[in-house]
Amino acid sequence: MKITGLLMMPAGWFIVLSALVLLRAFLAQNLFIAAGIGVEILGLVLFTRSHWVAKRGNA
Amino acid sequence: MSEVSQAFCILFILLLPLALAGLALINTGLSRLRSAAHSMMATLCVVGVAAAAYFVTGFAWQGYPGLPSHTLSIVGKEWSWLGAGHFFLRGVPLDGSRASLAALLQLLSVGLAAVIPLGAAAERWRLRACCISTALLAGVTYPLFAHWVWGGGWLARLGSNYGLGLGFLDAGGSATIQAVGGLTALSLVWLLGPRRGKYNLEGMPAALPGHNTVLVLFGCLLALVGWMGLNSAGSILFAGIPPGRIVLVAANTLLSAAGAVLAAAAITRYRFGKPDASLSANGWVCGLVASSAGCAYVPPAAALLIGLVAGALVTYTVAWMEAHLGLDDPAGAVSVHAIGGVWGILAVGLFPRAAALATAPSAANPAVTPTGQMLAQVVGVATLVGFVLPFTYSLNWLLNRFFPQRIPPEEERQGADLYELGAGAYPEFMTHTDEFSQW
Repeated sequence: MKITGLLMMPAGWFIVLSALVLLRAFLAQNLFIAAGIGVEILGLVLFTRSHWVAKRGNA
Repeated sequence: MSEVSQAFCILFILLLPLALAGLALINTGLSRLRSAAHSMMATLCVVGVAAAAYFVTGFAWQGYPGLPSHTLSIVGKEWSWLGAGHFFLRGVPLDGSRASLAALLQLLSVGLAAVIPLGAAAERWRLRACCISTALLAGVTYPLFAHWVWGGGWLARLGSNYGLGLGFLDAGGSATIQAVGGLTALSLVWLLGPRRGKYNLEGMPAALPGHNTVLVLFGCLLALVGWMGLNSAGSILFAGIPPGRIVLVAANTLLSAAGAVLAAAAITRYRFGKPDASLSANGWVCGLVASSAGCAYVPPAAALLIGLVAGALVTYTVAWMEAHLGLDDPAGAVSVHAIGGVWGILAVGLFPRAAALATAPSAANPAVTPTGQMLAQVVGVATLVGFVLPFTYSLNWLLNRFFPQRIPPEEERQGADLYELGAGAYPEFMTHTDEFSQW
């Protein structure tokens, strides 16, 4: 879960960058940027949760 | 750059050490008695290491608009991703030019970014490890992101390259200094884990209050002066405002802090029956942090609003992160600097017309649309979360593999002062027994 979360954050960032570079249409660009940020947030949640679960397991 | 701007800029830069002193006092006051001397000592070491590392590689990789940089050509657009200057500040004439003033400002502000993690990792971070971690932050992570924002990099050119408003705007460093420092603090909190005794077996947090509220509140006042210098110097050097507009910058800085502390005091008064001093102090600093990005662009009423939201955010996120995310952050550095910084960045996108008027007063740029500027700010936040956080976490994880960053458990119980420095901060003071029995 930790590694998946860690990798999802840059993956979301690359989606944002790709939307900037490749898309010109306003709606499509905004949607892809929102999707990229969604992936980043999902990665952040997974990553945070993996630390919290590990800590509770060690308590 | 006129001589007046130059003189003002130097004056403002020389105020910046007060922000460092303020943060150091806040971090020390919010840690327990047994680690007070360690906290101050770590601040001195970290500021020294940060300045040295930035001197060696930092400014070369950060650069400044007009200095050489490495660029990539992507679908016909130039992406400047790294400065290409000489190490050891060679090639930068230290004569009061814009680039030399930027270098001087950064030698100090990189120390500010490096002090932020000390508050989050207080009482359990080895001195040697925090020096090496700071060298990585000041020598690699900070200059890389700062180049993108302040060195004429791709984030700064989002406006000219892709029509996103005026590009990513951050006059005083809500992103470059505060959010980068705050995300490094978050990485360290994850890697180090909570202090002994912070959480019980059910995962419920215990209150481990700081040892000196007076230090914390005095630190807030010092930080205000330092922040006024930081925001003013940053606005002249990175937003290109004339010295006359420093009045707006200073007023915005103060109003944002005022709004934040009032919001934090009112909310804690409502929630707990009495205003909470440490959360109000966190609110004050969060207001300063959030003010930095838009201090040169937004009107004073907007700065007050930004501060009110920052103060409200910090009171809820500090408790929420501690209780629900298991983040033991004694100084609230992650909430104050990372979340406050991100709020400050996004707030600039809420006032795009003000930003356009501030940068081109004679003809408000009609190309600056509300969504365009907000999108530029959002891309900046996405870069912080998608690049800076994983990058700084990975660097600190690697460091932790070779040099364990955490103080051993038994020594942690004695306190970092005794373990690392051999003596306490207040040797003639009586200490309470429960101070040493809390695990």
